[in-house]
Amino acid sequence: MTDPLPTIEGLVCPVPLPHNERIVLGHGSGGRMSFDLITKIFTSSFDNPILKQGDDGGVLSISTGDQAASQRVAISTDSHVVTPLFFPGGDIGKLAVCGTVNDVAMMGGNPLYLTTGFILEEGLDLEILRKVIESMRSSAVEAKVQVIAGDTKVVQKGKADGLYINTTGLGLIPDGVNISGHNARPGDVVILSGTIGDHGIAVLAARGELDFEAQLESDVAPLNNLVRAMLDVSKAIHVLRDPTRGGLATSLNEIALQSGVGINIYENAIPVKPAVAAACEMLGFDPLYVANEGKLIAIVANEVAEQILSTLKVHPLGQEAAIIGKITEHAGDHVTLKTTFGTTRMVDMLSGEMLPRIC
Amino acid sequence: MKYLSEYRDAQLVRAVMDEISRTIHQPWVIMEICGGQTHSIMKYGLEQLLPADVELVHGPGCPVCVTSLEMIDKALAIASLPNVIFTSYGDMLRVPGSSGDLFSVRATGGDVRVVYSSLDAIKIAQENPDKQVVFFAIGFETTAPANAMSVIQAHNLGLENFSLLVSHVRVPPAMHAILGSPSSRVQGFLAAGHVCSVMGFWEYPSIAEKYNVPITITGFEPLDIAQGILLTIRQLENGSHAVENAYARVVTFDGNRPAQKTIRQVFEDCAQAWRGIGMIPLSGWRLKDEFSNYDATNRFQVQSIKPSESQLCIAGQILQGLKKPVNCPAYATQCTPEHPLGATMVSSEGACAAYYRYGRSQ
Repeated sequence: MTDPLPTIEGLVCPVPLPHNERIVLGHGSGGRMSFDLITKIFTSSFDNPILKQGDDGGVLSISTGDQAASQRVAISTDSHVVTPLFFPGGDIGKLAVCGTVNDVAMMGGNPLYLTTGFILEEGLDLEILRKVIESMRSSAVEAKVQVIAGDTKVVQKGKADGLYINTTGLGLIPDGVNISGHNARPGDVVILSGTIGDHGIAVLAARGELDFEAQLESDVAPLNNLVRAMLDVSKAIHVLRDPTRGGLATSLNEIALQSGVGINIYENAIPVKPAVAAACEMLGFDPLYVANEGKLIAIVANEVAEQILSTLKVHPLGQEAAIIGKITEHAGDHVTLKTTFGTTRMVDMLSGEMLPRIC
Repeated sequence: MKYLSEYRDAQLVRAVMDEISRTIHQPWVIMEICGGQTHSIMKYGLEQLLPADVELVHGPGCPVCVTSLEMIDKALAIASLPNVIFTSYGDMLRVPGSSGDLFSVRATGGDVRVVYSSLDAIKIAQENPDKQVVFFAIGFETTAPANAMSVIQAHNLGLENFSLLVSHVRVPPAMHAILGSPSSRVQGFLAAGHVCSVMGFWEYPSIAEKYNVPITITGFEPLDIAQGILLTIRQLENGSHAVENAYARVVTFDGNRPAQKTIRQVFEDCAQAWRGIGMIPLSGWRLKDEFSNYDATNRFQVQSIKPSESQLCIAGQILQGLKKPVNCPAYATQCTPEHPLGATMVSSEGACAAYYRYGRSQ
């Protein structure tokens, strides 16, 4: 090789991206781009105090005529798009019921009713639709909710990915329950109900785009019964959140921002299945950012933490629950992680889509 | 997770860090050439465990970061064409060109697809004979063998609708460029283990000799990096400048000869533009003449594309180890992963992105 002399140019850099003027996939990732889109486009336009809370749904008080007898109602809506429609551990129908049931439950609501809207693609096999509906029925029975209204639209072939489902849920919030992303306080304890990343990796493996197979099932499940068991033990649950798209890291960042607190989590306390850890290693993913559909984060008063943890551990959906961190004094609203080496690093929101590394 | 948990053993890492502290008697500047190593250092907070006299600077070893703006703009132009399926590794979709990125092209109707291997692009070409399928062949010596193999396979299959947009980069010429620069502060190198697993390290003794710089072939786990730093510090303190292999479980002196042969069958050395650094002689690979019909720049009218860069960020200095991300006035203000001004912020292995994600203000 001839001697290559360095020819260092002047400093160069491109212009910022025009993403804010056009929707890209990252806007649906559940991470910071989604967060920015919601706050800049939706929240500013539909400005009202309930929406501004920034929780998984809205909480409103409905008076029954006697002001003292007003009832708090939690309402949440979610649209579900997933490829493939059926995956190990679940399908789009189960996801549609559980996702909204969980969003209502994360506000302390006891979900009672669902409405659902279908967007069906021309050419969809009716047998697929029947299977999805049966799955929704059985999930609704498990969650003890009733589907009370619906809507169906059909779009031309190529305009949808088989079928999309929207569900809206309604539930009543028991007296004495006050759960919101704004309620985390320094000294509170962060509890996670089980292993993270199961859903995201199971769906990724089921897509068959990557040459890996994971002996893994999605964790999709209705969490309302688990929440009810927790609330039976104590009302000192301040925040509940199901870490879906964007994963644990993004959910904790949202809570830190909402409550204006810092959150410190411990790497060696966060449960991750070996199959998920291995897949993440291979793909260059961080399990903290991988989606879950049957897990919850509970931020609770320190004095009830052990009690809540014990309750979770005896429930089938909480057997691997663990205390994973604590709420700290305001620290720039940051989430930090204490590594297994005793060092500390930041845990940011997911930026855009998670993309496998090159090498 | 055999062979992984051992290399993340906190006690072992701490023991090596303690040995570094005992060994060091003066400040040293060491560059980890590979973005994967930068990522590990930030993810595990390894810098916090090192004595203050060790300064780690981050090298240009991120294929996404150093792919030239001109090549990104060519990719955007080709991907925007009708009847083209543009395939790429996922990371490249976010990298900003002069007027957007591949995600933006997709949002405006371009058929841009993420693939996990160049061989997947071959399959797409077979399945879409009426479309031109282009693969964005970027990367260091790690991705080159598979990319070369895709050309051989396309040739064997007689595929006429497949081509590569080639922008390969090679590590040793970049090390020459960094060490040969009058402003270089680098006194020791952690060489990129994955690159050496393909290429071996037979090219490195002459570099160590020429610039009096110790080079340690280093892996990516915390213990690998700690050991790489220790071996480099030992040499620096002793005044020696040899090449040492601290990644022997993966790397041999000769490397993977069949992979090297495949590369040589398809590619030949060429000067290559590195984003933020500039043109480095012999630092890239281009398709040999006999495979030039698989060169996308010959197939599409993209020769006249001239990129336009702004002057705000200091990615070039960061990629050469002259400055750290936090030294940039745009860092974490005008420049974030959502609105990157430079590729070092947009790539998941870029130094700025690693700082932003794990340290923010450290």
